[in-house]
Amino acid sequence: MANKETMTVNMGPQHPSTHGVLQLVLELDGETVVKATPHIGFLHRGVEKLAEHRTYHQTIPLTDRLDYLAPMSNNLGYVLAVEKLLGITDKIPARANHIRVMLAELTRLKSHLVWLATHALDIGAMTVFLYCFREREEIIDIYEKISGARMTSNYFRVGGLSADLPAGITEEIRAFTAKMPGLVDTYEGLLTGNKIWQKRTIGVGKISAEDAIDIGLTGPALRSSGVDWDLRRDNPYSGYEDYDFKVIVRDDCDTFGRYKARLDEMRESCKIIMQALDKLTPGPILADCPKVCLPPKQDVVNSIEGLIHQFKIITEGFKPEVGEVYQGIEAPKGELGYYLISDGSAQPFRMKIRPPSFVNLQALPQMVEGSLLADVIATIGTLDIVLGEIDR
Amino acid sequence: MSEHAAVGKLKQKFSDAVLDVVEYRGETTITVKKEQIVAVSTFLKMELGYNFLCDLCGVDYLGQSPRFMVVYNLYNIALKDRLRIKVPVEEKDAAVDTVSTVWATANWHERECWDLMGITFNNHPDLRRILMAADWEGHPLRKDYPLQGPDRELYQGRLQ
Repeated sequence: MANKETMTVNMGPQHPSTHGVLQLVLELDGETVVKATPHIGFLHRGVEKLAEHRTYHQTIPLTDRLDYLAPMSNNLGYVLAVEKLLGITDKIPARANHIRVMLAELTRLKSHLVWLATHALDIGAMTVFLYCFREREEIIDIYEKISGARMTSNYFRVGGLSADLPAGITEEIRAFTAKMPGLVDTYEGLLTGNKIWQKRTIGVGKISAEDAIDIGLTGPALRSSGVDWDLRRDNPYSGYEDYDFKVIVRDDCDTFGRYKARLDEMRESCKIIMQALDKLTPGPILADCPKVCLPPKQDVVNSIEGLIHQFKIITEGFKPEVGEVYQGIEAPKGELGYYLISDGSAQPFRMKIRPPSFVNLQALPQMVEGSLLADVIATIGTLDIVLGEIDR
Repeated sequence: MSEHAAVGKLKQKFSDAVLDVVEYRGETTITVKKEQIVAVSTFLKMELGYNFLCDLCGVDYLGQSPRFMVVYNLYNIALKDRLRIKVPVEEKDAAVDTVSTVWATANWHERECWDLMGITFNNHPDLRRILMAADWEGHPLRKDYPLQGPDRELYQGRLQ
């Protein structure tokens, strides 16, 4: 008679394939997963609580540390939410918007490169890992030249940007973006036709469109289950309506489909970056809102108004009127939402972050139960989670 | 600005449940009675197409009555439209019926809301702490919970 007992094993929190400090308790029947229970919270830093005790500007660096693989996207979502709360969305200069879009897409490339690298490594393809990190390093160099930091950029400000682009950076971004589609072809050449890759991904981690919507999947994971929804196109922000790009929708519903969808998204991101570079014209990078945006240095030293504004913004911060807004953006991993409530003071009364990874991870048990233990690794990889954002 | 299409339909169907409607920055917030939240949610999902629950969270208005609000940020994927529903919750009876039967994604959001804000969700399938440790005491996002944690003196700055 067969043994009906199941075995419970711990996967994580110290496990290289859980992409951070995620603990999975797996109940196994032989090699088949009967039940998977994720345990999260090991990286909880109380960002939402901290934000209630800081001025609006002081929260921007905290958002860098949510999804640390895509800091500029986090910055963007947050500043857009604050701008909406202040009602200054229309006042953002065109140059600032173009730079924001360009960097948000560069961030998408950066995030997807790490996803592909680690996903491929988990499944056993080491070369792709090295290639992807080589390209990611170039993006990080660009990041450093623009913002001064390799990862925690803290570059966007409420009303615009912290500084203009350094000289010569646009040529560098253009050169990088021009070669990127060819490199994506290289990754595809290593993986797409590879029999091992196909066996490990096709039909693995399946989720139907209805289930995906019900459980709250967003981003490429939802779109490769056949749901045509991209916030950049459907609820455009930062001038995305002026860009020409394709929303990648696939109906494979499996790990292979999500892999293809993200690679195609990288190609589309390159197109958007090129368009943003073409649109870039000289101009101001901060909105004309003296109560919100820091004045230029020469105003601070030469005019009394400039000095007062600088002093007030630094010591007190600005005070949005009473109200509440929700702003969602299409972050690399899905819908990143910020829900802000103002009580009229200089600190947010409540800030709630809707992190895409948190919700996407919720789909994991449903996707792996009934499949093999090895497929759990592939499924975690395909969900593209970052624990910094899940735990906040 | 014209009234949101869902407001009229909701008022028609649940005339006694709609407490308040606010328009701000182009976003509509409807406050409904907490007893009716599951019925309202089901109606919004099935009849009006708000098939996606983006986010669910609690807000603590310490010193006011009712003390808490539970906020549901909804999205209609077909119409690309957002809608916000709020439910007032008294401190004495800090419990709301779960909507995880309507949108499965509410499961973890409600767990988080209970963990950090201390609002119970009736009939929830798995109401455990999610972000804080299992043996944690208190609910950190409440306004009367000190920033630096309980039983610690407030940081006075280096000079003092």
